[in-house]
Amino acid sequence: MKLTIPEEELMYEGTVDCQGCGAGLAMRYALKALGKRTFVVIPACCWSIIAGPFPYSSLQVPLYHTAFETAAVVSSGIKAALEIKGIDATVMAWAGDGGTFDIGIQSLSGAAERNEDIIYVCYDNEAYMNTGIQRSSATPYKAWTTTTPRKYPKARPKKNIDEIMVAHEIPYVATASVAYPEDFIRKLQKAKNIKGTKFIHVLAPCPTGWRSLPEHTIKLARLAVQTCIFPIYEVEDGKYKINIKPKNPKPVEEYLKLQGRFRHLTEEDIKEIQEATNRKWKKLLKKEEFF
Amino acid sequence: MVKKVIYGNHAVSYGARDSRVEVIAAYPITPQTQVVELLSEFCASGELKAKFIKVESEHSAMAACVGASAAGARAFTATSSQGLALMHEMLHWASNARHPIVMANINRAMGPPWSIWTDQNDSIAQRDTGWLQFYCSTNQEVYDTTIQAFKICENDKVLLPGMLILDAFVLSHTSEVVDMPPQEEIDEFLPPYEAKYKLDLDDPRAFGGLMFPDWYYELKYKQHRSMEKALKIIEDVGREFGERFGRYYGLVEEYRIDDAEIVLVVSSTVAQTSKEAVDLLRKEGMRIGLVRIRTFRPFPKEKIRKIASKVDMMIVIDRNISFGSEGVFYTETKAALYNEKSRPPVYGVIIGLGGRDVRVEDIMNIAKKGKNNKLEINKINWWGVKL
Repeated sequence: MKLTIPEEELMYEGTVDCQGCGAGLAMRYALKALGKRTFVVIPACCWSIIAGPFPYSSLQVPLYHTAFETAAVVSSGIKAALEIKGIDATVMAWAGDGGTFDIGIQSLSGAAERNEDIIYVCYDNEAYMNTGIQRSSATPYKAWTTTTPRKYPKARPKKNIDEIMVAHEIPYVATASVAYPEDFIRKLQKAKNIKGTKFIHVLAPCPTGWRSLPEHTIKLARLAVQTCIFPIYEVEDGKYKINIKPKNPKPVEEYLKLQGRFRHLTEEDIKEIQEATNRKWKKLLKKEEFF
Repeated sequence: MVKKVIYGNHAVSYGARDSRVEVIAAYPITPQTQVVELLSEFCASGELKAKFIKVESEHSAMAACVGASAAGARAFTATSSQGLALMHEMLHWASNARHPIVMANINRAMGPPWSIWTDQNDSIAQRDTGWLQFYCSTNQEVYDTTIQAFKICENDKVLLPGMLILDAFVLSHTSEVVDMPPQEEIDEFLPPYEAKYKLDLDDPRAFGGLMFPDWYYELKYKQHRSMEKALKIIEDVGREFGERFGRYYGLVEEYRIDDAEIVLVVSSTVAQTSKEAVDLLRKEGMRIGLVRIRTFRPFPKEKIRKIASKVDMMIVIDRNISFGSEGVFYTETKAALYNEKSRPPVYGVIIGLGGRDVRVEDIMNIAKKGKNNKLEINKINWWGVKL
């Protein structure tokens, strides 16, 4: 049988992530893609815990835990040290959506503008899950979190971090999903061989925070793509390519109804989300056409 | 040997160059800008083989240094005032992670209102972050301390970050002669940094992960012990520097205290002004001397006790204020003496906040007032404040 995913495991078994954690799965794939010569930088996020408490590490590569807003810049510092010492290796910042969309966006923007030679992966579970499901700017419109109660769900759409990163004119920006591991791994391997800042945004469902079933993680990650809520595309040197193009996109309701965080949505809400999704998808298709 | 007439800021740049720093990350702020401008030129010309990361904030400057140091590089930055305050979180990170980063801080008053002039509140506010702090009083000392700081901080027994501090404008933008030894002699004094603990592909480990209460406490104990051990290392390194280059340094600088009845406790450039005052007062017959606290962290308690045991009066002159308490050098001096069997009265004077000039006459008048028992003992003596 021909395997499409590298066999080597660089993440130990028995990590403390929740059942059905998309973030755990994402790291496993990422290290398979990048291999042993990888330094990992993790700011405050679920992965601060998943990586294991002292004296353990769930990774078989060097790992630096850092402050919430510093993943991109600590990675830049490590890369600078490696370059001056002549060590050829990949430095990967591995941050959640809070550490990327919110508190870490300044140092991420700085690193991207300088085109630091790092891979920045945002595993996006769409809220501050490690602190107990508080809204972030990655939380979708109308979603429930502990700081956006059902009576007053999130009033604003998810921040479009990918386009923000594209606007930095870095060599590579991509989205990915744990439901499409071959695509995710291919993108990481591509990123590894590009010099400059690479930004990969991987949707990582969170059963705990999404109020979904652990066994639905892959299903949800796939539905997010098939409904066009989370399109899978890459932008290489400004050129757009949609990697997974659903022929007949599924209604967003199929994705939303499997998650308790959307339980309170009215038919009107769902209609609104459907329309916004259609609009964004069309815009992306146009971008691919024109750029 | 090269002698140059240079700014205090450039003394920092030359000191960093001659320490062969490997990674620099910095963000500009008045009055520090000349430090990074000259370092940029050194890097651009190849005179210094370092990576200079021109970050988007001081928080990131320190974070980049943290990353570089974690990967085993000799890392350096410089900042001032608001910039230092913005770094605060990462100052803890650098020390707690035991990264021997060296930084220059140009003392500048904290806003608002905006001020670009000197006082020590910016660095004093970082007292408890676990950084060594050296308050410099001449451009030569700035240059020499930059080099010594790396040797001290990188010592296995220390492994803590260090901050050398100089007054805005009074030192940063003032030209003085600085004697710079040949590079090969500095290289002998300060060999390349070989990190004992670092991120390593051949020995992959996790740094800084969650630690439960069963061990965290012990790490803090060890961090403090390293500070205590640094007291001796600072003196050893200062002596070795003196033997090699003819300029000796230690925890404190004593000036004309042998037969002194009154001793002024001072720091930074106020110490230089105070030396002039001491000389003039000596001519008038006053038995006065001074002790300049060069190393504020770790605090040289033993030195203070020894000096205090021989004098009738100490007057601590602070260019900083801990609101709701008093001058910080004053508090620390008194705390060092509290359990001594006998101790002199210790007076506290605040002076020159926000860069107000501190003149020789000011120091002379403070001393005279002290001698005539006109300073208040249990209150702050606010020198020159317009009420």
